Amino acid sequence: MDKKNQFVIAVYVDNQFGVLTRVTSMFTRRGFNIDALTVGETESPAYSRITISLSGDGYAREQLINQLRKLYNVKKVEVLEEDCIQRELMLIKVKNTAEYRAEVLSAVDVYRAKVIDYTVDGMCIEITGDPSKIDAFIKLMNFYGIIIEMCRTGIVALERGSNTLLNK
Amino acid sequence: MKLTGAEIVIQTLIEQGVTDVFGYPGGQVLNIYDALYKESDKINHILTAHEQGASHAADGYSRVTGKVGVCIATSGPGATNLVTGIATAMLDSIPMVAITGNVPSSLIGKDSFQEIDITGITLPITKHNYFVHRVEDLADSIREAFRIAKSGRPGPVLIDIPKDVQVAACEFEPKPIAEKFPLPVASQNKIDEAIGLINASERPYIYIGGGAAGLGMGKQIEALAARIGAYIGCTFMGLSAVNEDCDRFLGMQGMHGHYASSMAQKEADLILAVGVRFSDRATGDTKKFAVNSKIIQLDPDFSEINKNINVDVGIIGDVADSFARIAEGAEARDRAPWRETVEALRADEQRFTAEAEQASQAPLTPKQVFDVLNEEKPPRTVIATDVGQHQMWTAQYVKFDGPRRFVSSGGLGTMGFGLGAAIGAQVATGDCTVLITGDGSFGMNLNELATTVSYNLPVIIVLMNNGVLGMVRQWQTLFFGKRYSNTVLGRQTDFVKLAEAFGATGYRVSTPEEFREAFRKAKEANGPVLIDTLIDKDAFVLPMLPPGGSIDDIIVRK
Repeated sequence: MDKKNQFVIAVYVDNQFGVLTRVTSMFTRRGFNIDALTVGETESPAYSRITISLSGDGYAREQLINQLRKLYNVKKVEVLEEDCIQRELMLIKVKNTAEYRAEVLSAVDVYRAKVIDYTVDGMCIEITGDPSKIDAFIKLMNFYGIIIEMCRTGIVALERGSNTLLNK
Repeated sequence: MKLTGAEIVIQTLIEQGVTDVFGYPGGQVLNIYDALYKESDKINHILTAHEQGASHAADGYSRVTGKVGVCIATSGPGATNLVTGIATAMLDSIPMVAITGNVPSSLIGKDSFQEIDITGITLPITKHNYFVHRVEDLADSIREAFRIAKSGRPGPVLIDIPKDVQVAACEFEPKPIAEKFPLPVASQNKIDEAIGLINASERPYIYIGGGAAGLGMGKQIEALAARIGAYIGCTFMGLSAVNEDCDRFLGMQGMHGHYASSMAQKEADLILAVGVRFSDRATGDTKKFAVNSKIIQLDPDFSEINKNINVDVGIIGDVADSFARIAEGAEARDRAPWRETVEALRADEQRFTAEAEQASQAPLTPKQVFDVLNEEKPPRTVIATDVGQHQMWTAQYVKFDGPRRFVSSGGLGTMGFGLGAAIGAQVATGDCTVLITGDGSFGMNLNELATTVSYNLPVIIVLMNNGVLGMVRQWQTLFFGKRYSNTVLGRQTDFVKLAEAFGATGYRVSTPEEFREAFRKAKEANGPVLIDTLIDKDAFVLPMLPPGGSIDDIIVRK
């Protein structure tokens, strides 16, 4: 994936039944390819915040923003600045074997991850960080060939400083 | 005052200025129809033969008036039958409010009888839609629906109301008619930039689309063209915005556009695009479209700027306001060399048309039909069409004499649109309404003949009958080695008897004289008349740009 064409968009939408469907249906209809999407509550009960990360050229970015703004329940759309704070959480279940146990535990230590479940044959690890850190951790576990199951939340992101998007 | 949900629906429609609705009753809208019954002196309801006809009628009503068209259908199949009509309105930016009933909330999600998720189905084909959960939200949802439907770039909005919400009661206070959301006003910098480009141009071409067609800007456009020596062309949806007798008007451009209009657009060094969206049928290959031109685009919808074609100046906002301000700053100039170029193109076009007419052996050519129609049609006649060859001939040959006189499905290309739409247009205007259709399209929704008879609507149906699906057959002739797969209808329908069976009048004609005579009788008739107009199955719509081709690939001869 071409990292320089990656961008993150934050969208404030009405906190209502069916709004997420309206947004994702538009992506399908217009042929936009999304890398990750998260949605959750915000500082205001009236709105939900959708964070979308995707890659594409300037044309794709302009089109995506324009089409989002046209949706009636969408209140605010912003492309986040490149230095914004991005975090993602992953739960990853790996095999607990004598051969790699020490390596896994020191990786958990170095990556500031946490073992949250530990059984005779498996470990579940929680890790947060920016997406590249998560990618690196997965790569390492893949190297040992011990991944059983994993899931990632997708990015949540805020801009630095005291500004809010709603007031921008 | 305390009203039931069903009464609130009708009172809110009245409050929003609705006087006519099109629909079909059923189990889950019984309450709404009951409330309508009590207000039948305020709201005229037209019962169509099929919900699809109601949706097209609401659309046609809107196209000729600019008002929001309203249709009503019951849950399940009633609602799904509206879908094609809603999609047609969406693609052509027609303001419409569709109201559907649904099963009671307690039965939602249980695959109940005639339950369907119509808000889910219509999500991609509406500007917005509502599923009303509480009777307290009903009136405001309907008001908002009207506001959204007519604001900015118009479009359809659907409101789905479960039965229990129609039955429940709450307080209702009438409110004023919903105002449109204000449009942004274009910045003076952008306007100045546009004026600069126009003043620097030698070969300006004003390009009118559906976004300008209904705004009544015809006179201003003609005046600007005359003052700065520009020529005017239009998209399919832009037809009837400018009167055909304007000497600066070249007609429709694009896939089946006038030769001179398409060529002038190619030769132009400046295109002032007013309310167009650069559809593929208008541009052909976008990489080769208007490569020699600077382009200025005026549109209320910001997402249309740079969507299909990159423009030099994109001006978002009220199209009429932006146009007026640009026109004010544009310098008067003669641009005689441009006139010579375009007049030469016009002469070429006339030659091609004359050649094609002479080559035809048919006793009645499509052009002859339209020549007679243009001579015989009363002023302010509304022309509705279906989709196919007859539609393109209408676009090429009809002399429109005012805005909002052309009713046709451009974006979606909905065969079966015409009769319902003509009904809506006739109800709205009371003016002479002519439906140009083909035997293929007409077969799709001819059941609405029953509606024209029930309400004694004087719609004149000119059925251009060639026994084949002409447009598809034309493509098969040109691009599929004349392998006429399923385009020869071989039907034995007697359209005259069919009209009579429905209670309408029918004539069959096969020469220009017979057509003229039948059309004259139809004008005098106080009710629906069908003229079965026999034409040659091998008549072509020309010129034609092959799909995906450019103006350089134009086909002008058979």
